[in-house]
Amino acid sequence: MGRTLADKVYDAHVVRRAEGEPDLLYIDLHLVHEVTSPQAFDGLRMAGRKVRRPDLTIATEDHNVPTQNLLAPIADPVSRTQVETLRKNAAEFGIRLHPMGDEGQGIVHVIGPQLGLTQPGMTVVCGDSHTSTHGAFGALAFGIGTSEVEHVLATQTLPQIKPKNMAVTVNGTLPVGVTAKDLILAIIAKIGTGGGQGHIIEYRGEAIRGLSMEGRMTVCNMSIEAGARAGMIAPDETTFAYLKGRPHAPKGAEWDKAVEYWKSLRTDDDAVFDKEVVIDASTLTPYVTWGTNPGQGLPLSESVPDPASFEDPIERQAAERALEYMGLTPGTPLRDIKIDTVFVGSCTNGRIEDLRAVAEVLKGRKVADGVRMLIVPGSMKVKAQAQEEGLDEIFKAAGAEWREAGCSMCLAMNPDKLSPGERSASTSNRNFEGRQGPGGRTHLVSPAVAAATAVTGRLTAPADL
Amino acid sequence: MEAFTVHTGRGVPLRRSNVDTDQIIPAVWLKQVSRTGFEKGLFSAWRQDPSFVLNQPQYQGATILIAGPDFGTGSSREHAVWALQQYGFRVVISPRFGDIFRNNATKMGLLPVVLPTETVETLWETVERDPATEITVDLEARQVRAAGLTAGFDIDDYTRWRLMEGLDDIGLTLRHADEIAAYEQRRASWLPVTL
Repeated sequence: MGRTLADKVYDAHVVRRAEGEPDLLYIDLHLVHEVTSPQAFDGLRMAGRKVRRPDLTIATEDHNVPTQNLLAPIADPVSRTQVETLRKNAAEFGIRLHPMGDEGQGIVHVIGPQLGLTQPGMTVVCGDSHTSTHGAFGALAFGIGTSEVEHVLATQTLPQIKPKNMAVTVNGTLPVGVTAKDLILAIIAKIGTGGGQGHIIEYRGEAIRGLSMEGRMTVCNMSIEAGARAGMIAPDETTFAYLKGRPHAPKGAEWDKAVEYWKSLRTDDDAVFDKEVVIDASTLTPYVTWGTNPGQGLPLSESVPDPASFEDPIERQAAERALEYMGLTPGTPLRDIKIDTVFVGSCTNGRIEDLRAVAEVLKGRKVADGVRMLIVPGSMKVKAQAQEEGLDEIFKAAGAEWREAGCSMCLAMNPDKLSPGERSASTSNRNFEGRQGPGGRTHLVSPAVAAATAVTGRLTAPADL
Repeated sequence: MEAFTVHTGRGVPLRRSNVDTDQIIPAVWLKQVSRTGFEKGLFSAWRQDPSFVLNQPQYQGATILIAGPDFGTGSSREHAVWALQQYGFRVVISPRFGDIFRNNATKMGLLPVVLPTETVETLWETVERDPATEITVDLEARQVRAAGLTAGFDIDDYTRWRLMEGLDDIGLTLRHADEIAAYEQRRASWLPVTL
C-alpha cells in the first residue's frame, strides 16, 4: 500500500522500532527559545548530561523581548532573568543564539525558514506548539513540552507513537482578496479545535499548491489550533525556489541530490488517509473569529451567532461563555464590531508578504482616531527588508507604530498587551481568554483585514473601503 | 517522575470545554526559570471569580480534575502540567485532550484519563451531589470507579508501564545510544547544521 508524505518523512527518521514500544525518532533540527528551555537545561545539569548535537540546535530570544528601546535593559526583572538564563545556557552548552538586537534575531518559526535551516523531509521540534509552521516545507514539525526539550537536547531523539494521517484537500482557487489566513480560519471553523487531534494534517489540492511559501507557513502554523499534531504540505517548485540560495540550503551537487530526494516526498496515489476533509476554495470570503477559541469563526459578512442555534450542548455552552467574555450580542453584524487595537505580527503573519499586504491597504490612508495599531515584524531581517521596500514609511504615515521583532502582543509576555475590556483585531493565532492581556478580547483576522479594520475602527475587509 | 498505580481522591467538576493551556496557566507565569511555585498560577484568571469551582470550599483538597472535552489545547507549555500537579492534582479526566498536553502529563506522572462525554457527565453529577465521593483511578486495571460506577479507559501498554514504574524517558533512550550513533552515520550529507 502507498504511503503518505507524513509516513515517508516519519519512516525515514525511525532510529529504533521494537514491539510494544514507541518508535525512537531522530530529530534533524531543534529550535530553542527562552520560555520552555530553562528547566530543560537545569535537568541536563542535574543529571550531568551534555547537549548531544549542539550543531543541530539553534536558539533565539522572542517571547519576552520588548519591541522598542532595545538598547535599554528589559524593564521586567522576571523577563530579564529568563532571557539572561537562555544566554548563560547557550554559552555553557555551546548552542548558537540570536539575542535581542542581533540582525538574525526573530520569532523562532520565522528565523528557521529564513535561514534555510527548515528543509523538506526533515524532522523539526521546538518547545512551542506553533512549530507546525515548518511543515509548509514538507518537514515533519511539531511542538513539544519541556521534558521533551530536555530529551531532545540529551539524545537528539524522541519516543513517538506514530500519529494518524488526515487530508485536508482544498480544491479550486481562492478568490481575490481571500488569503491563506482566511483559509485556515475557515478550515478550523469547519473541523473544530479537536478535529485534527492525534493526526498529522496534509494540506493538498489546487488552492494549497497556489499558495506562496509564506501563505503555506500561515496555514501549517495554525494546524495546532485544529488540534493536529502537525501540518504538512508536499514540497514543489515553489518550495525549492524559496530555499535556493538561503544561508543553510544545500549548495552545488548537494543541492541537486537534495532536490531529487525532495521530489519523492509526496503522498502516493494509492495511499489511504484515516480522515479526509474537502473544502472548495472558491466559496471562501474573509474570515474572522467571534469567540474565545480559534474554531469559533465565521465569514466577516455574517453576524454574531445565537448560542441557541448550536445543537450540541457543549458547543452551545461554550458559545454562551464566549459571547459573555467577548461582550457581544447575538445578531450583531460582525462588520459592526468596534475595535480599539490592531496587532499585525506573530509567527502566523509576521513575514514580509504579510507586511506588504498591510502596506497595500494602508497606503494613502490613516488609522482611525482612537485606534492603536502595532506592526511587529517577525524577525530583524523581515524588519530590514520592509524598511528597504519603504513599507515602514507607509505604516508611520498612516499613524501605525512600527516596532522591533518578537512575539509581542500575540501572547503578551512582553510589555505589548491589551488592557481589560480592550478589543483587538489580531493577525496572530489564538483568541483565548486573556491571551493578549488579562480581560482583553481578540478577533483573529488576516493582515489585509487587520489593515482595513485599522482604517475604519470596525472589523472591515479591504473591499469594503 | 512519581510512579502512578492506583489513586483514590475526591473530584472537582470543571464544566467547561476547550480549557486551553493559556487558561490553565496564563503566560505571565511562564517567565519563571524554576520548576516550582506554579500552583499559584493555576487557573489564576478564573480563580479571581469567587464562584469558580476551585474556590468552592466543598472541593478543597480534591485531587482529580473532571473537565469537558478538549482539555489542554493550545500552547505546548508544560507549566500547565506542573501547575496542576503542584496544586495537588494527580489525575485529569476529559473526553479528549490536546496532544501536547497529554504527552507532557505522561512525562510528569499526571495521569490523563479519557472517558466518554456521558461518563464525564455522570461523574460531574455524582460529585456535585456529593463532593465527598471517593473516586478511584486504577491504572493497573485501567478503570475509574466511583459510587457504583465502573468505567474502563484506554492507555497504551508502554505509557502505562512507564507511569507505573515512574521511569524517566531519557534514561530509557540512552540505553540505545549505539543505535542513535548508527542512525547518525546514515543521515543525508546535505542536511543542515547550525554551527
